[in-house]
Amino acid sequence: MVLNRNFTGRSHGPTPVYEVSREKIRDYAIATGDLHPAYLDPAVARQLGYRDVIAPPSFAVMLFFRFGGWPLYDPEFGKKKDPVCVHRAQRATHQRPIVAGDRLVQTTFVNEVVERGEHEQWTMTHTITTPEGEPVCVVVNTIVSRGTAHEPGSTAS
Amino acid sequence: MTSRIRYADVQVGTPIPEQTFVLKRVDLLRYCGGCSDFTATHWNERVAKAVGLPDVIAHGTLIIAEAVRIVSDWVGDPGAVVEYSVSRFAHPVVVPDDDVGAQLRVSGRVEQKLDAECVVARLSVHCGGREVVAGARAVVRLA
Repeated sequence: MVLNRNFTGRSHGPTPVYEVSREKIRDYAIATGDLHPAYLDPAVARQLGYRDVIAPPSFAVMLFFRFGGWPLYDPEFGKKKDPVCVHRAQRATHQRPIVAGDRLVQTTFVNEVVERGEHEQWTMTHTITTPEGEPVCVVVNTIVSRGTAHEPGSTAS
Repeated sequence: MTSRIRYADVQVGTPIPEQTFVLKRVDLLRYCGGCSDFTATHWNERVAKAVGLPDVIAHGTLIIAEAVRIVSDWVGDPGAVVEYSVSRFAHPVVVPDDDVGAQLRVSGRVEQKLDAECVVARLSVHCGGREVVAGARAVVRLA
């Protein structure tokens, strides 16, 4: 058991502002191989009723990666670099699509830290809003710390 | 939101057109840069094997992006996808260092009709003959 159970119930944020640009959306869309014109062409996005190009639904994880998905990088939490952590589950719920020009902030809450067989896992809820508090998206991530349930420093299976 | 699929025109069981996506090493590198996650198991064979994986594996978030894509392509408006979820990444998607890559076959069907013109799509993601994602679903708002 290496993960600090006291992190259950802790929260972090709101983060600094993440500015969503047309070019970042374009880069992300190309990186997923999905070239839907609503991601690339403002005229198409406007025809669909948006003020500018929209981001793919899976783009919301950008804030998770941008801000380090606290507590991944808090030494007090105890996450080990080796054996590695892997993604177990994810849910994203959008109040509206993310649009180029959006200014977003994220607050992360640790729901639980539990043992699962030889592994440990923890679940975080990331609430993404504008700085003014308009709800945009909620992402729930569950991450598995492989093979750390019983002994600190035990090797991955 | 402007779905081209009408709520009245779908039933439980309505299929969502299947697609196959090919992931090669360069695609993983591109996604590392695109999403800013440079975890070594997604690009470094030495590290992947050292932690017990057969080889470099695709990001779970990339698998989700591909799975949800069949829904956004079906309705024509990605903004109509209001929710997606994966209950478990069941098997890692291994991406070999060759010119063939990993083939992700994504299929889906309408599982449930909700109120407010939304439906739940159940998605299946297969790679190398087995299901790699458990409990993949998307909620989409139709016209």
